[in-house]
Amino acid sequence: MNRIIHHPILGEKKPSKEVVIYVDDKPIIAHEGEMIAAALIANGIFINRYTLHKHKPRGIYCAIGRCTDCIMTVDGVPNIRTCITEVKEGMRITTQKGAGVWQKEDQQ
Amino acid sequence: MIQTELAIVGAGPAGLSAAIEARRAGADVLLIDENARPGGQLFKQIHKFFGSRAHKAGTRGINIGTELLRESQELGIRTCLKGEVCGIENGQNLWVVIDRNRSEIVKAKKIILATGATENAVAFPGWDLPGIMGAGAAQTMINVNRVLPGRKVLMLGSGNVGVIVSYQLLQAGADVVAVLEAAPKLGGYGVHTAKVARAGVPFYVSHTVKQAFGTDHVEAVEIVKLDASFNQIPGTERIMEADTVCLATGLTPLTELAWLAGCKFKYLPALGGHLPIHDDRMRTTKENIFVAGDITGIEEASTAMEEGRLAGINAAADLGYISEEEAKIRSREIWDSLNCLRSGYFGQKRRESKDLMLQTGNEVIQWKIH
Repeated sequence: MNRIIHHPILGEKKPSKEVVIYVDDKPIIAHEGEMIAAALIANGIFINRYTLHKHKPRGIYCAIGRCTDCIMTVDGVPNIRTCITEVKEGMRITTQKGAGVWQKEDQQ
Repeated sequence: MIQTELAIVGAGPAGLSAAIEARRAGADVLLIDENARPGGQLFKQIHKFFGSRAHKAGTRGINIGTELLRESQELGIRTCLKGEVCGIENGQNLWVVIDRNRSEIVKAKKIILATGATENAVAFPGWDLPGIMGAGAAQTMINVNRVLPGRKVLMLGSGNVGVIVSYQLLQAGADVVAVLEAAPKLGGYGVHTAKVARAGVPFYVSHTVKQAFGTDHVEAVEIVKLDASFNQIPGTERIMEADTVCLATGLTPLTELAWLAGCKFKYLPALGGHLPIHDDRMRTTKENIFVAGDITGIEEASTAMEEGRLAGINAAADLGYISEEEAKIRSREIWDSLNCLRSGYFGQKRRESKDLMLQTGNEVIQWKIH
């Protein structure tokens, strides 16, 4: 686990409500209200997507929603900036390949 | 359609300060931010700020953020979160996509752009590997999200961001293997640099990253010495083990909306590049549009808050809530404070560039307070 529990300035991490999210169909524990990218790092997941042409791995880069390096497919919608999108109970997240695929028919 | 007298884009230190001043004067304010929470980058600043007491020196950024939010709530400032401003037309209409699923037009009499900045990248072979990120990104992860993005971090850049984030990585429990600086001299404030040095972190001046190695994640980094012209010196390479590389190599103002709006620009490298021209009331060349904070040049949260106040006061004056005379007096006080923040060894260059900006701005900006 990569969570920072004790901190000399910020103090002890307050207990958070746990939620289950699914990354490539595997359940992981996230904390309510946190960003998807943070939940992934907390669980040791550092690859958010693979590039379109060279299939190279990408992780977070700016973490403030500007660079789009951390985009993933979330609940069937591709290109979601995971660093500024909060987790939700039962959310299904997929490591995105290239431009991703819309998985919900009504959102095509 | 949402109507408001003053729309402010960006709820960071500049936007919040502008909103508070304008609302206090009586203006109807709508504060728009694309994030789920307001505060911008203040909540990752867990260090104490510099300046005089009047500039909240000695207070941690995170506490300043909490204070600004409390004030804005007390004043009942309308806030539109998860609102991405995607377009601007005629200096009064903003196209906002809210919560990624609905479109809204905000019609405003005045607009303040306080969009902030984004981190610069340095491209070297392997720079796109997971584990290589902006120093501010690592700072967000450790201080806001409270997760550690890595255990062995190499910091590229010894400016304030580089040394402050290095120290905060240590506080979060990571090991900082080295701080590299391409210039022959260290760039950050002595106080912050000394804290990192005292913790035993080695500093390498005239050094940069030659390449990063790894397949799914960065595993090691090759560093190299630079000559006086910043060319790599062959034979001086060495390998360092690291699972994270943080790039603290400056920021670039987020000026897209000012370009879209049709604002005229001026190039001032000491402040981060192409910047919307503004005058001493923070008015741009485009009628009804004001700017404040890092969009006007890369500085610090303390200057952003003062510029935000300036923009808020003058927008409120423009709307008729503050008399011309009062706006002038209060603006002058804030300029005194800004000039104080922009003094000394670190502030002088910014001050000189800002003076050039004001000179141009006061010359070319014609639209009058109504």
